[in-house]
Amino acid sequence: MRYNTALAILATSTFLLTVNNTKAADLEVTHWWTAGGEAAAAKVLADSFDKLGGDKWVDGAIAGSGSTATPIIISRILGGNPMGATQLNTGRDAEDLVKAGLMADLTEIAEKEGWADIIRPSKLFDACKYEGKIYCVPVNIHTEQWMWLSPAAFKAADLPAPTNWQEFVATAPKLKEKGLIPLATGDAWQVFLTFNVMISSIGGKDLYLKVYRDKDAAAAASPEMKAVFEAFAQARELADSGYVGRSWNEATNLVISGKAGGQIMGDWAQGEFSVAGKVAGKDYDCLLGLGNHPVLHTGGDAFYFPKNQNPEITKAQLKLASLLISKETQVAFNLAKGSLPVRGDVDLATANTCMKKGIEALNKLDNVAPGAGQLLAPDSGLEIEDLSKEFFADKNMTVEDAQARFVSIIERAQ
Amino acid sequence: MSETVRPNSLFKNLNAKVAAIPMIATVLIVFIGCTLWTALISFTSSRTLPELTFVGFDQYARLFNTPRWNISAINLGIFGVFTLVFSTVIGFVLAALLDQKIRFEGAFRTIFLYPYALSFIVTGLVWQWILTPTYGIQRVVRDLGFETFTFSILNDQRFAIYAIVIAGLWQGTGLVMALMLAGLRGIDEDIWKASRVDGIPVWKTYLFIVIPMMRPVFITTIVLISTGIVRVYDLVVALTGGGPGNASEVPAKYVYEFMFRRANLGQGLAASTIMLTTVLIIVIPWALMEYRGEKRK
Amino acid sequence: MTAITPLSTGPHGKRPARIFTPARIMIYSVLLVAALYYILPLYVMIITSLKGMPEIRLGNIFSPPVEITFQPWSTAWSSACTGLYCEGLKVGFWNSVQILIPSVIISILIASVNGYALANWRFKGSEIFFSILLFGAFIPYQVMLYPLVIITRELGIFGTLPGIIMIHTIFGMPILTLLFRNYFASLPTELFKAARVDGAGFWQIFFQIMLPLSLPIFVVAIIMQVTGIWNDFLFGVIFAGSKNVPMTVQLNNIVNSTQGVKEYNVNMAATILTGAVPLLVYFFSGKYFVRGIAAGAVKG
Repeated sequence: MRYNTALAILATSTFLLTVNNTKAADLEVTHWWTAGGEAAAAKVLADSFDKLGGDKWVDGAIAGSGSTATPIIISRILGGNPMGATQLNTGRDAEDLVKAGLMADLTEIAEKEGWADIIRPSKLFDACKYEGKIYCVPVNIHTEQWMWLSPAAFKAADLPAPTNWQEFVATAPKLKEKGLIPLATGDAWQVFLTFNVMISSIGGKDLYLKVYRDKDAAAAASPEMKAVFEAFAQARELADSGYVGRSWNEATNLVISGKAGGQIMGDWAQGEFSVAGKVAGKDYDCLLGLGNHPVLHTGGDAFYFPKNQNPEITKAQLKLASLLISKETQVAFNLAKGSLPVRGDVDLATANTCMKKGIEALNKLDNVAPGAGQLLAPDSGLEIEDLSKEFFADKNMTVEDAQARFVSIIERAQ
Repeated sequence: MSETVRPNSLFKNLNAKVAAIPMIATVLIVFIGCTLWTALISFTSSRTLPELTFVGFDQYARLFNTPRWNISAINLGIFGVFTLVFSTVIGFVLAALLDQKIRFEGAFRTIFLYPYALSFIVTGLVWQWILTPTYGIQRVVRDLGFETFTFSILNDQRFAIYAIVIAGLWQGTGLVMALMLAGLRGIDEDIWKASRVDGIPVWKTYLFIVIPMMRPVFITTIVLISTGIVRVYDLVVALTGGGPGNASEVPAKYVYEFMFRRANLGQGLAASTIMLTTVLIIVIPWALMEYRGEKRK
Repeated sequence: MTAITPLSTGPHGKRPARIFTPARIMIYSVLLVAALYYILPLYVMIITSLKGMPEIRLGNIFSPPVEITFQPWSTAWSSACTGLYCEGLKVGFWNSVQILIPSVIISILIASVNGYALANWRFKGSEIFFSILLFGAFIPYQVMLYPLVIITRELGIFGTLPGIIMIHTIFGMPILTLLFRNYFASLPTELFKAARVDGAGFWQIFFQIMLPLSLPIFVVAIIMQVTGIWNDFLFGVIFAGSKNVPMTVQLNNIVNSTQGVKEYNVNMAATILTGAVPLLVYFFSGKYFVRGIAAGAVKG
């Protein structure tokens, strides 16, 4: 008897579901672009997809950065209820899912449209390849090696704007005197980002590659690496205690409003500056590679298309893939997002001074290195993240201790 | 129509067995099956997907060499002890006070109980708001003229776990109070009369007569609190995100992250297995004791 | 907030004393201080949700609003954004209702029958199953997550309403079964024996004798399940599927997607709205809750 009731309830509820489900060409797209500039960029993609007619972009934004969103996205693909398409960071997050055959193969369309020739740097495209086949579409190049400065804050403290990390550190006492935060940051991944930026900016490209690509423990134990940890130790002195639980765009907002001297953050921070109507070079400044070594890690976002039973959705997936890489979308999307296009053949006349700095650096191959996400398996990367945030929070942890732990992580890294 | 009793037959009590099928299936498939599967996979090098490449105790060796796990385990200990002790004591005291023929008892009870209706996500958000130095208690006290006052337990890695204890107590003691109050109401009025006649002080009556009589209530309470403690996750995510650094990480969070974010299922499940084993070590002796106690009666 | 009428079974404590003895004053002041601690966060939530952002930045969190605005509430309900999705909490509210009703009914039905079978119709092994079930209450949800994803996938119900209902039924089972078992065991056995003598069977006794007697414990079970399921975040986010995203998940999305400055007032309004359903349940049925607990959890 109670089974009947139960069944009846189940039946009605599934009925409701299927009614909503009839439009097959709704393409659900998951991503974690929820800050102002990011949402504007996502809107560019959604609008241009809808304009193609027929299929519809159903937005599945998940707030709270990749650390919240990635588990949800991965568990949904594993559970056999995949979204139509999903953003992930370029790198090895999806590696195992591709291996397990859960992702759609894009090789055909990629060859037809000649993606291999138009995507630069080619390293970025390599991250989408597995056993010679293509599984994702890179949509942008994000570079993380930036320090965003607030000229207003330095003016308030009667200081010249710093041009490199050492100068920046020297300005800190005066900024603090004025009640300003020298370095705006937030917790968890933002601290890890700062650490990664410092390896190449303070230590140089060679050190970065030796440690992260070659997993060279000797390099991880070297005095050059020690200098990186020392700079990182300076950074923890420059942050305010309110950094716990602060999101990156709140930190950017501190720079925008002149309450903080600077922020080490990826180029997506520019999206926030432009939403706030700020002009690069006037209202804010940027130091590439912290003003020390202008090395760019090319990470970025890519879209993956989980395999799907519904042919309508598969068709829509390919349509979206092709749209993402088209010239018009690349320009409009990246201007909003503050990132650089993955195609070298588009015109970015409207790019601001900071973006131009980035493009220039990107064209010199010496300056380019793959992002940490492409070099380290998620497991090792996040172990380093743990270490970096522990070090950052605990002012009693010495540089030596931290470096020793770092060496042991690199030794067994994959 | 009365049934004939046929002992040791599969068909004896058939209706009850049929009715219990959902429970039996849940126990066999979910609780036993999933637990065994978890233990099995913890001995493999599985990454995003389960695979059967056995690596012995490697995952466990790594687990105990990971500072973050050790911090998580210690934190759970701190959180567990403080929560268990304080929520039982505070819950009992509040219930005993409410049981003194108080005016507005209903209002007080509602005030103590309402946080239990709120989710941990909500609890975490509110307490983050109250404890955050830039807006919360610290700022308020400083505005009152105590300029050097610091109260930033959320941002101090030594104290972050206690912030979670405070928020957890706020959310959970109401239920303990309700349970204790129900228990106190179940105590026979004659006991109180007798102890008054004998001139036993009130606190002694509570401590030596009433509390021992309320043993079942205490057991239910402890079971309820403990299940909550082992599972603490949402509260940490909403309140501190495990920070600053890894200072307020907890085991459940470790498991979740390794399974789905770090693509290291083996490691996540090794951590799960350790959690399960710890629970078993604590629960089984206690269950045996209870069982024996019941038999003796 | 409605004041709740006292329990029918009156307090058992010390005999009523004169109103103003020092002891009474002590009791009331302790209770008042405790009440302050419990009420403070709700107070902060409410007043913050009624302030505008400029006032939040300047004032402190405990000062009442100078200018009351309901804008944050309407934003939270119908236009707060997560990414491109600017419909506030209202969709999540209906999704939660859709998950809540069947989950509560099914989980309680199953658990009550379990409890009844365990209390009155013990069979070989029933106590062992029950012990393992209770042990299951201690298993952290995260441990079960991965295998359950696989199980629901194989059943074809991952990411659907039946899937999330099944998950809630499974995880509600241990504690609910315990409550019902204890309650049925506390009913006079003579009732049961008399019915057996009259020839009533398993279901007949359940529906005609046990159910009519068990209103208090059903109330407790309903309150616990309504709050538990409504407040669930983890299962909702993974098992419910994108079309059924519950309100808690949307709340988390809204408070974590900041556009520029964190809009604390909208966040607080969203928080209160999300907590409203279980809160109302408690305010209106708190006395039944305590009474039912006395019947189910305490005797055992």
